[in-house]
Amino acid sequence: MPNKPAVRATEVVSAETAGSLLRELVAHLRQNRTQLREEWASRITEAQLLTAMSKEEIFAEATSVYDNYVEALETETFESLQAYARNLSERIIPRGVETHEVVGIVLLLRDVLARSLFGKYRADYNKLARILDAYEPAANRIAITVAVGFVQERERIIREQQEAIRELSTPVLQVRERLLILPIIGAIDPQRARQLTEQLLRGIRSNRAKVAVLDITGVPYIDSAVANHLVQTVEASRLLGATVIVTGLSPEIAQTLVNISVDLAKMTTVGDLQGGIEEAERRLGYKVVPLSEIPQQQEEQ
Amino acid sequence: MEVPVLKQGDYLIASIQSALSDQDLVQLRDSIVQKVGKLRSRGVIVDVTVLDVMDSFATRTLRDIAHMIRLRGAETVIVGIQPEVAFAMVQLGLSLEGVACALDLEEGLAYLNRKSPKSTKKGA
Repeated sequence: MPNKPAVRATEVVSAETAGSLLRELVAHLRQNRTQLREEWASRITEAQLLTAMSKEEIFAEATSVYDNYVEALETETFESLQAYARNLSERIIPRGVETHEVVGIVLLLRDVLARSLFGKYRADYNKLARILDAYEPAANRIAITVAVGFVQERERIIREQQEAIRELSTPVLQVRERLLILPIIGAIDPQRARQLTEQLLRGIRSNRAKVAVLDITGVPYIDSAVANHLVQTVEASRLLGATVIVTGLSPEIAQTLVNISVDLAKMTTVGDLQGGIEEAERRLGYKVVPLSEIPQQQEEQ
Repeated sequence: MEVPVLKQGDYLIASIQSALSDQDLVQLRDSIVQKVGKLRSRGVIVDVTVLDVMDSFATRTLRDIAHMIRLRGAETVIVGIQPEVAFAMVQLGLSLEGVACALDLEEGLAYLNRKSPKSTKKGA
């Protein structure tokens, strides 16, 4: 009997005991694989978890989760389970599976297995307690591993999307030779401000711009850090030989800038985008005239 | 390393080739200020394209050059500051106040041509 020493176990051999108990446990779970798996799948359906997936899919996933679960119990290593959890999350997140569902099914499995252990060792209370001592920490770690894997995958997706939004959110557009506009919509946080500066300075360089119009009509408010950042951006652009015209300052933003006493002497500001573009054109030496006025001028000459 | 200062028509072009020590910078300043009088130049371009760091001493020396050149009756323009360098400088509070800057050599020349029109000998 492998667990014979366990009966008269002391602290010294308790590690070995836990190992052999775990082995016994795994053997039990392997033996009753089909039955336990089916019970689990039906509990999932009952609890109305994973409603985004069909019954067959649930059963197929349940099978592989079950096998991975038992394997993690057996080897006590969580790497392959982690990889599996990540892979599973990748597949099911786009289908709208929620965090509570994933955590829910893993906890359900834990309960189903614990129930079956209760059933098996009902007669021997001490043995049951020891088996549970071995099972519970491992089972909890598995639940944590799967939940963390799922949440991490979610966070990764969110980060990617944020990155995409951020990239889309600061376009640098050339409207005329050497004239750029940067329309900014939405709140500016320090990170976005940094990105904006980077894009603007790069845009100035690659388009050989002389004037850039920074339109903040769509910005609801800015704080002092961002305001200072704007001033620095204007200054840095000057070092590249370009002028920045800031347009569309709302009354609230104007108030903020005055209250925190930002040095406005360094910034050229114009009321709205149209005025800003006109001012930029003037500086670049453009004059925009309606076509109807041109023959008239020629007649005068 | 010494910075070559080239005469190009009415202008002087100092094209920095590598990172400069403080001593090199002082030498550059002295040689530009001297040459601008000797060669009767009307404008000076300092090209800093290769510099990926600008410390406070470099910035101050460039500003000094610009102010000294102005006193000598000519215009200075700093060209080729890299975007990253520009922002780092501004964050450190080194913003070359009162000194003209341009994107590159071509822009710098265009700036000087605008700023100091040809002398009277060619007529208007």
